[in-house]
Order: sequence, then structure tokens, then C-alpha cells
Amino acid sequence: MSRTERFDTALGFTTAKGPVMRVVRWLVYAVCVVVFAGPLLSLLVNAFTPVAKPTELTLIPDEITLDNFARAFDRGVLGYLLNSFFVVGFGLLLQILVSLSAAYALARKRFPGMRLVFLLILSTMMLPEEILAIPLSLVLADVPLVGVDLTGTLLGMIIPVAAWGFSILVMTEFMKEIPVELEEAARIDGAGEFRIFFSVVLPLCRPALGVIGIFGFVMIWDQYMLPLLVADDAGQYTLPLALRTLRTDPEVGLGVLLAASLLALLPSVIAFLAMQRQFMKGLTSGAIKG
Amino acid sequence: MTTTGHPVTARPVDAEPVPSPGPARRRRRFGPHALRNLLVAAVFLAPALLIFLAFKFIPMVRAVEMSFHEVRPYLGNLWVGLENYRTLLDSDDFLPAVWHTVVLAVGQTGGSMVVGMVLALLLEGGARHLWFIRTAVFLPTVVALAVIAEVWRVLYYPGEAGVVNSLIGWVGLGPSQFFNSADTSLWSVMSVGIWRGAPYDMMIILAGLAGVDRTLYEAAAVDGATIRQRLWHVTFPALRPVFAILFTLAAIRGLRVFTEIYLLTDGGPNGSTEVIMTLMFKLGLDRSELGVASAGSIMLLLATVVLTLAVQLARRRRADRPRKEAPSR
Repeated sequence: MSRTERFDTALGFTTAKGPVMRVVRWLVYAVCVVVFAGPLLSLLVNAFTPVAKPTELTLIPDEITLDNFARAFDRGVLGYLLNSFFVVGFGLLLQILVSLSAAYALARKRFPGMRLVFLLILSTMMLPEEILAIPLSLVLADVPLVGVDLTGTLLGMIIPVAAWGFSILVMTEFMKEIPVELEEAARIDGAGEFRIFFSVVLPLCRPALGVIGIFGFVMIWDQYMLPLLVADDAGQYTLPLALRTLRTDPEVGLGVLLAASLLALLPSVIAFLAMQRQFMKGLTSGAIKG
Repeated sequence: MTTTGHPVTARPVDAEPVPSPGPARRRRRFGPHALRNLLVAAVFLAPALLIFLAFKFIPMVRAVEMSFHEVRPYLGNLWVGLENYRTLLDSDDFLPAVWHTVVLAVGQTGGSMVVGMVLALLLEGGARHLWFIRTAVFLPTVVALAVIAEVWRVLYYPGEAGVVNSLIGWVGLGPSQFFNSADTSLWSVMSVGIWRGAPYDMMIILAGLAGVDRTLYEAAAVDGATIRQRLWHVTFPALRPVFAILFTLAAIRGLRVFTEIYLLTDGGPNGSTEVIMTLMFKLGLDRSELGVASAGSIMLLLATVVLTLAVQLARRRRADRPRKEAPSR
């Protein structure tokens, strides 16, 4: 048993024996957790304290209050939060549908130009909003092909994220694994293309839906440049975008900023914790795709 | 009628075209079903491709176009050739911004990989408590950048009683001005980047470590190798493809850095953290120098593409080498 355990890890640190190693090990673990989770934990705690200055942060509060949240809601934080949920809800729904549909074509059909399409989708991953910010701000005001002005609308933050290369590629990889026999059987029964897509392929894609769902959620929640370009005034701000405004407002105290930050943190962290297995699956597969 | 031919066309094929298409494959490609397949594929791909066209490819083409023009709203654009690029390269802000971007990208990439590697080695293992610790350590990666910026602005409070200043005060360091001084601002931003990037790298490296052949560790032990030798000669070489992936991803992300800077320092103090994208953002959206700002974005894009291709090429060459040598041995 111990013989195989010795070769379980590269360093052998987590399996080393002895009381000294045990203490050292837990010290190391504690340092890791404090360094990486500590700052977030301090946010969690202090959002519930009457903190007024950055020097007053504490991990063991004397007094717990919901006052910061009440004042944050007075400052329109609930509206920002609803904007965020609206964008992430519809954005994610569209993103999943678009990814499924594109992946169906890429995984199940063979057609001329397929390689080019793959290349195009890969290349979009090298064209982030940041680099395209300036032309993107023009395009959002006058969308090519349709000529609609998306600035000042939440739709402007939703439609551009509906197509995401990562999501399409992960879904394509997964769909290739689904046995064709099921599809063939449906075809023999006379099912059409859309029927096969919706009632044969789609139900089998559920495990992968979790992967692209959690990644899409975190990705859309983290969007900053796009809402920044789209929003005309505070009425359309998402919560991450509003944090900066709250900070620079002299009438808003630190407590309110922390409460709003915590509200901006929780949804993605909760989503991650709930779907951790799927997230890790996507992390490794996505990274290999590069 | 169509059903008889379809099972063949519907067979899933590899995304990569098969090197030598057999006769059956060729028939499938140009046969009577090719047109139908193309139509179906076009319908299913249309939403994704149209969105990419409108919000990725057309903006990219516009950026290239604008970079060669003096952009004058309502008056029509004026062709200026490479003037915008020249203006940028001659300006006092651009080269420092490039330097800051490169320092940040290299520092964050390298720092994240080193810290991620250390974390991965320390936290590798199947025990349940390790899984909890790794989850806690990983959290910074999924939190929105805007939140992280606010948290670190508070923790890096420049006064002596700031949280991080009190902590480093215990070991006799500081107090540091962090984001508030031109001497420390870039390093402070970099540390936040590493803090957020390292856990991500840790997870990818852990996945790589799981794939290392355990019998190699055993063999190394039989040969009397120390842990350090084992790491150096067995573990690290096995992780080389993982490092290449992390490097590529981080380079793309590092060069386009914007949000962290925008929120932590907005390029200040005194331009000490100005990076390419914050500068282009100011040029383009605050000063309406759209042409010059586009030139900067295009240069950044070219750098990203060249870097990515270089890493891919180096990786492929390395991957090809042993395969070519194998038959002669």
C-alpha cells in the first residue's frame, strides 16, 4: 500500500509520513487557502460589517449588519443585479443554442469548406473584445447587415456573446462521440433534420451542456469591455460595471461597495461550486484545444 | 428514397480532413448528397457565423481599414497610408505602453506558471481534504475581474494600516504605496494577475501530472534518483506540452490586458501602468483618434497571432521529432 502511495504524486509531499511532516503539511495548506481564498473571505465577512475605511477590515466582526445591502439597494444595486441576470440568462440561453446548432453541423455533416469554418471559429478566439474595442463600438451603434443600433440596450451585451468559439468547439468534440446508429434509426423512421437534431442528438448532449453552461455563465458574468461599450447610462449597467461607479461616488461608503462586490461575486462562485465537475472537465478539454 | 444513402453521409467524421480520402469518402464528398449536406450545415452554422461576422470579422476589417485612414465622422475618411502607425511609434506614450504590456504579460505568465506549478506539486493527491483545498485555491479564477479589482484596491490600501501593509509589516517590510506609487504600481498589478492566474495554471498542471506514467517514478526510485532529479528528468519533461498550452493561452490573454488596469490604476500613476489597450481605449474613445487607436490594436493583434503561431510551430516541430527518429532506431 505505502509502496504504491510513494509514487502517487510527483513530489510525494501530500503522502509523506511522520508527525513533523503532518504539521508542515497543514501549515502549507493553510497558507495556500489564506493567500488565495482569504481575500474573498474578507470580502464576504466585511460586507456584513459597518466598515467605513480600508483599514477597518476584520475577519472576526464585532457586529453583523445588513445595513450595507440596504444602502446598496438604495443606490440602485438591485437594478444592476437584475440587468446582470437578464444578460447572463438570455446570453447563456442563446449561446448554448447557437453552440449546439453549429456543433451539429460541424460534428455530423461533411461538407466542402468545413476546414475553413473551423479555422474561422478558431480565429475568433484570437479576436477578443478588448482588441476590437474601437471598431466594435462603431459596429454596435450600426450593426452590419441589419443596421440596428444596439448601444444603450441590454441586447447589445447579449447578442455578441451568443457565439463563442470555445463553446462551439467543446460541443463539437462531444457530439462526434454520439453513436450514429441512433441517428440512422431516426432517419429510417423518416425523421427530418430538425427532428433528429431536437429529439435525438440534443437529449444525448446533456452532459456536455453542463460543461458549456458553466463556462458560458462565468464568461458572460465576467464580461466588462462589451457592457462598457454598449451602456449609455447607469440604467443599463451590469453589476460588475457598476462597481467602479459606486467606488468613485463620494457618497457611497466602503461598506456599500463591498456589499455590491459580494453580490457580483456570489452568482459565479455558486454556479462554479454547483457544477465543479463539469467545470473541471471543460477546463482540461478546453485547454488542450487552446 | 433518401434514407438508403443517408446512413453513409450521416456518419460522423473527424474534424481534421483525413489525409488520404479513399474512394468511398471522395464519393461522399462530391456525391448527390453533398449539396444537401452543405445546405443543412449552412442553416445550422448560420447563427454562429453571422454573429461572428458582425461582431468579430467586420470589426477586424474595419480596424485594418481605419488604421490606414484619418477617421473623420460625417466628413468621410481620408487615406493616410502608414501615417497612423508612424504617429503611434513616434508618440511618447506608445513605447512605454508596449514595454509595460510586455513586462506584465511575461511576468504574469511566468509568475502564474511557477506559482501554479508549486501549488500543483504541493496539492497533488486524491485525498478528499486536498480536493477541498484546491477548490478554495481555485476560487479567484471564477470571480469576475471587476470584483477582484475592488477587493485588491482595498487590501492594497497604501496607508500603514492597510491590510497587506500590516501583514508585511509583521516581517519588517513595507509599508508600500502599491498602486499609488509609480515605483510599485506595475508590480502590484502583476501580483494581482498572478494571484488570479496561478490557480488556473495549477488545475491544468494537475491534469497534466495525472497523466504522468507512475512506473517512471518507480523506475527513477529504483535507479536511486532524488526527488529533485525525478522532478527534473521525469515530471517536467512530461509536462512540456502543458507548459506550451499555458504559455500560448497566457500570452494571448496577457497582451490584450485591459480590465485589470482600467479598474486598478487606469494607467496611472503618471503612466506607470499604461498598457497598449488602456492607451488605445483613451485614444479611441476619449480623444476620438480612431485611426491611430486602430493602428495600435492591429499591431497588438499581429503580435498575438505571431506569438501564437510561433508557439504552435515550435510545439509541432518538437512533437514531430521523435516520430521521425523512431523508425531509424
